[in-house]
Amino acid sequence: MSWFWYASPQTFYPLAGRMAPWFAGAALLLAVGGLYVGLFVAPTDAQQGEVYRVIYIHVPAAWMSMFIYVVMAGWAALGLAFNTRLSGMMASALAPTGALFTFIALWTGSLWGRPTWGTYWVWDARLTSELILLFLYLGFIALQAAIYDPRRADRAGALLAIVGAVNIPIIHYSVVWWNTLHQGASVSVTRAPTMAAQMLTGMLLMALAFWMYTIAVTLVRVRCIIREREG
Amino acid sequence: MLDAACCLVRRDLLLAWRRRSDVATALLFFVIVASLFPLGVGAEPNLLRAIAPGVIWVAALLSSMLSLSRLFAADHADGTLEQMLLGASPLGVIAAAKAAAHWIVSGLPLAVIAPLIALQYGLAPELYGVLIATLLLGTPVLSLIGAIGAALTLGLRGGGVLLSLLVLPLYVPVLIMGAGAVDMASAGVDPAGRLLLLGAMLVFAAAFAPWAIAAALRISIE
Repeated sequence: MSWFWYASPQTFYPLAGRMAPWFAGAALLLAVGGLYVGLFVAPTDAQQGEVYRVIYIHVPAAWMSMFIYVVMAGWAALGLAFNTRLSGMMASALAPTGALFTFIALWTGSLWGRPTWGTYWVWDARLTSELILLFLYLGFIALQAAIYDPRRADRAGALLAIVGAVNIPIIHYSVVWWNTLHQGASVSVTRAPTMAAQMLTGMLLMALAFWMYTIAVTLVRVRCIIREREG
Repeated sequence: MLDAACCLVRRDLLLAWRRRSDVATALLFFVIVASLFPLGVGAEPNLLRAIAPGVIWVAALLSSMLSLSRLFAADHADGTLEQMLLGASPLGVIAAAKAAAHWIVSGLPLAVIAPLIALQYGLAPELYGVLIATLLLGTPVLSLIGAIGAALTLGLRGGGVLLSLLVLPLYVPVLIMGAGAVDMASAGVDPAGRLLLLGAMLVFAAAFAPWAIAAALRISIE
């Protein structure tokens, strides 16, 4: 069996349909387990109290927001290189989930920042980079939405995603340097040097749950896109 | 190959010269945006001096973006762009020439007029040199990155607003380094590091952006 067998939308469509429920189920189980460990088993943080528990959503969401962009740019590059239809569809199916996780990371971050830092928003390097990442996702989605021809939308989006992926490290480091120039070290994330084992378990379980959720949702969305385009 | 690039730059400059009002509009926009800030935040001299580099850079960013949507539009409308795609000279060279012409028309005048704005904001005269240097190094990067966005949004409905959404996040490093260099100089620190980073961005953009512009043009035209 050749792996390229599933590179065609016609053969991938039923496969995606068969796989999506399994990933969705895994996401549900892992999320229940992760939230149980995070909310009931893990100890209270010595410095931050109960409010630290938002990290079980926040940190995995922030990981996913960055990781999905890389995966999206990877699919986009594949699509440009091999001219496969499915790659572009995967890239456009991933974008909304990536934007969602970026938004969740920003939102939960500000909810955590209010009691901990005393403010919903600081122009911290990580927050600012994440905000710009959200703009990059929205730009990608807006560009694809503005183009009627799906092939052109795929390829234009692919180029934008690659340009964005090349720029992300540059943006991140320039924001870090900007931050050190303007703010000094007035705000720093205080974290206990070693994390309790249960905390880490809960966070990793939630990260896995978000992975499974992303795969399931992307498969469902790519099925919708295949239906729209291939009729 | 270089002949084609020189010819294209000369042609674009001639076209811009024949329609001088377009160039003047972008420049006027720069001046007006910069003049609005004191009206909004108050005319406190220390405050103005502190925000001057940032305001001038943001105004330059917006002004340079304003003329981007016209970069390929006219050539696209009258079919010249298709001939360029079919022509013998590599598309990357043509893309670089278009970006260079855009910079001469929209970026270079900003660097010339920026000291005037700096004067209004009460920036110390010894910082003018740094300010002009950052604009000279930074605005070509804006033209190169912006040309990618302009090529991608070519012929799209609502292209202008979309273009700003695509391009502005990518402008962030240039803004940070450009305004940061002037800030550092005003704080008495040697701004050479920031200027060198701006130069590195320019080299990087000049090396890779023409390819991306060419690829984007092929995607949009085919």
